[in-house]
Amino acid sequence: MALDIQTIEHDVLVIGAGGAGLRGAIEASNAGISVGLVCKSLLGKAHTVMAEGGVAAALANVDDRDSWKVHFADTMRGGQYVNNWRMAEHHAKEAPDRVRELEKWGAVFDRTKEGKILQRNFGGHRYPRLAHVGDRTGLEIIRTLQDKSVHEREIKVYMECTIVRLFKDGERVTGALGYFRERGRFVLFKAKSIVMATGGLGKAYAITSNSWEYTGDGYSLAYHAGADLIDMEFVQFHPTGMVWPPSVRGILVTEGVRGEGGVLRNKDGKRFMFDDIPENYRNQTAKNEEEGWRYTQGDKNAMRPPELLTRDHVARCINREVKAGRGSPHGGVFLDIAWIKERIPNAEKYIQKKLPSMYHQFKELGGIDITKERMEVGPTTHYTMGGIKVDGDSQMTTVPGLFAAGEAAGGLHGANRLGGNSLSDLLVFGKRAGENAAKFAQENKAGAVAEADIESAAQWSLSFMDSPKGDENPYKVQQDLQVMMQDLVGIVRREDEMVKALAGLKTLWERAKKVQSQGNREYNPGWHTCMDLTNLLTVSEAVTMSGIRRKESRGAQFRDDFPEKSDTYAKMNMVIRKAKDGSMELIEQPTKELPPELKQVIEEMAK
Amino acid sequence: MAADNEPTSRPNNEVQPPFVHTASAPKPGTVAEALGRRDFKVWRGNALGGGYKDYTAEISAGMVVLDAVHQIQATQAGDLACRWNCKAGKCGSCSAEINGKPRLMCMTRMETLPEGTVTIQPMKAFKPIKDLVTDVSWNYEVKKKIAPFKPKAPEADGTWRMQQFEVERVQEFRKCIECFLCQDTCHVLRDHGKHEVFAGPRFFVHAAQLEMHPLDTVNREPFLKHDGGIGFCNITKCCTEVCPEHIKITDNAIIPLKERVADTYYDPLVRLWRWAFKKGEQPVEPKA
Repeated sequence: MALDIQTIEHDVLVIGAGGAGLRGAIEASNAGISVGLVCKSLLGKAHTVMAEGGVAAALANVDDRDSWKVHFADTMRGGQYVNNWRMAEHHAKEAPDRVRELEKWGAVFDRTKEGKILQRNFGGHRYPRLAHVGDRTGLEIIRTLQDKSVHEREIKVYMECTIVRLFKDGERVTGALGYFRERGRFVLFKAKSIVMATGGLGKAYAITSNSWEYTGDGYSLAYHAGADLIDMEFVQFHPTGMVWPPSVRGILVTEGVRGEGGVLRNKDGKRFMFDDIPENYRNQTAKNEEEGWRYTQGDKNAMRPPELLTRDHVARCINREVKAGRGSPHGGVFLDIAWIKERIPNAEKYIQKKLPSMYHQFKELGGIDITKERMEVGPTTHYTMGGIKVDGDSQMTTVPGLFAAGEAAGGLHGANRLGGNSLSDLLVFGKRAGENAAKFAQENKAGAVAEADIESAAQWSLSFMDSPKGDENPYKVQQDLQVMMQDLVGIVRREDEMVKALAGLKTLWERAKKVQSQGNREYNPGWHTCMDLTNLLTVSEAVTMSGIRRKESRGAQFRDDFPEKSDTYAKMNMVIRKAKDGSMELIEQPTKELPPELKQVIEEMAK
Repeated sequence: MAADNEPTSRPNNEVQPPFVHTASAPKPGTVAEALGRRDFKVWRGNALGGGYKDYTAEISAGMVVLDAVHQIQATQAGDLACRWNCKAGKCGSCSAEINGKPRLMCMTRMETLPEGTVTIQPMKAFKPIKDLVTDVSWNYEVKKKIAPFKPKAPEADGTWRMQQFEVERVQEFRKCIECFLCQDTCHVLRDHGKHEVFAGPRFFVHAAQLEMHPLDTVNREPFLKHDGGIGFCNITKCCTEVCPEHIKITDNAIIPLKERVADTYYDPLVRLWRWAFKKGEQPVEPKA
């Protein structure tokens, strides 16, 4: 059957147009070579837009004790030392330059009194480190990069285009098949190198801050192309999502609320975060409420309030309060910023100015005035620490010519990501991936894409419409998957439940084969969902398998049946790979030994 | 035979019947009050034409219009096309016209709409692609015509100093989420179709943030006067009214830009001076 497939060639193809993809495309185009940038949505709508609190960089504008070493040590401690330390080192060293560069490109950050970029406190960061624009920092970053990229002649943007398959010539990646949502027409991209900047997998869960796009495409595409995935069990549940009304459940409430002095209370009004402070953070945490308040107001001698402990820990504490029956009316806890009026004059104005989008979000969606009332919040699926395994210097995956950056890549954040480190991640590694993908494209000739591979991928896509094997509703299968993952592979995990999830996944795989799409190929979300299911199921299996194998509690993974950390798994990464027989295999790979100079940095900073 | 009667004895690795939802079974206080079914008229069609189709959706407390559209999609019309991403008013994807008014579907609560059938149609100022999805690509082309940001030289340490009060003026404009509702409502585009000669409120806001950026050195007045067609705007403030980010588009962006253009091009003394000394009409030199 002759398929009408348009062919487009580029030196570098960047898949994904959030912060990492845009930054990668800009960098690759600096080499003067042609770059294709594929976005699943319209340009400028990617998930980066939703990042609120800020971008972490040791600029030391607010506290001169900050430096790359402190940032590095904070990131490693937050990630519980299973991080790719080479990435953590590059990240901490290069983030300040990447932020200043944004200013050169037109970004307008909030200012200090001296006119420098202002930085705010955030969970797990020792000093005020997050450059920000109120609580809409992500929008500022994506718009700055977007506006920069549209004037780069070498970058060609393909909007509302979804990639369904990667192709290889021997070991090396050489192309990708996608479809344009508008007409459902196929497009073959041929490229000398490809950057995956496809974000995460939040849509595998029922309660999530992520949009429809977040179906784990990048992980799944790379995995099926033979790339290794790493530490997929580490899925971050952000402690504060909206819980009420149900239609907004999961929408993010920025950590910035706590950074500005917001506190968590249970139904009895108690600040329960003081009850459980982990040993390795004890000497960095406030002894009492008074000290915590002083910290949020910039007192350099005060330690951070326990609300600003790492996200994994705060999420678990909230979970515990709710389970113990001390939660808020709608199954969350209270987050209170209105209380600061007891401490500062004009508190209402201050809150509206510092947290404008939170103010509007609660006012318009929840009918709550956060300058006067408490918010109800609970954990929401937010971020994937794991991802495509990359080389810490080049960002190349285990497939030659295939690179990954941002949330799509794994390793930087270890077992838990610190707030603010994702925006710096995508800037630092978007640039590095773009640079190295360009280099690879310049050093290698174009490879071939086999006609049969293209044909089979296109036929597979069309089968849900032309020759369905059943009449399952794709939306229903997706919903059932989300509920199951939330229930069985969520914030608190147990072996028996996760084994049950694996069995459930088998059933869902069978159902996914029988999904059917109504209508035709024109902008048809039902058809798109049919295809997305393969990605969602692949990544859900990877998360579950890794979760079962890591028999310990570390960072985002909390095991009820193994509540402690284990020395064995402390030095182990879970690597997922597609076996020769097509099944998913898991390899325990020892982490790389820290070099002495970095070990020394961590020891110094622990004092 | 025994196996058929004892589903619980299955080993774990066998394919099981659909799992039982346990943890997420409704807890007290987590299910919203049901508010009954409501009728919807949703525009279905494409560039060739279309019409309204009737649907109903089960409404619960706090629901927004986008939730209802998703429900219709999942249960009655699998191929119903709509754009959405963040569902929190931050990305500007789900623009449509609800009961005739340009709005974000994710920020329009069902309870705020008057009783009766809810009508949802695509933005009128742009060509339909399918159902609620319109072709907004023209907007991306307009932006390419506006000269990019070019900062003045940094200070000795390679960075710039700006005061908070200086940046706040442009931060208002940079809140724009590019939902294009202002473009949709603007009669110059919507009713008169002046897309070829008029940039629209969104791009006056964009130009304003560049022009008023404390570090920028480029002059975009020629663009605003000629290709941008700012003169077409007769400040009816419809754009300001629909902006979900509450940007004072007309007062803070368009009027000051109009004033700048008027000062440069229409000041009688300047015109006389130009005439007398045969200076070109187009000011091309950078701002001081």
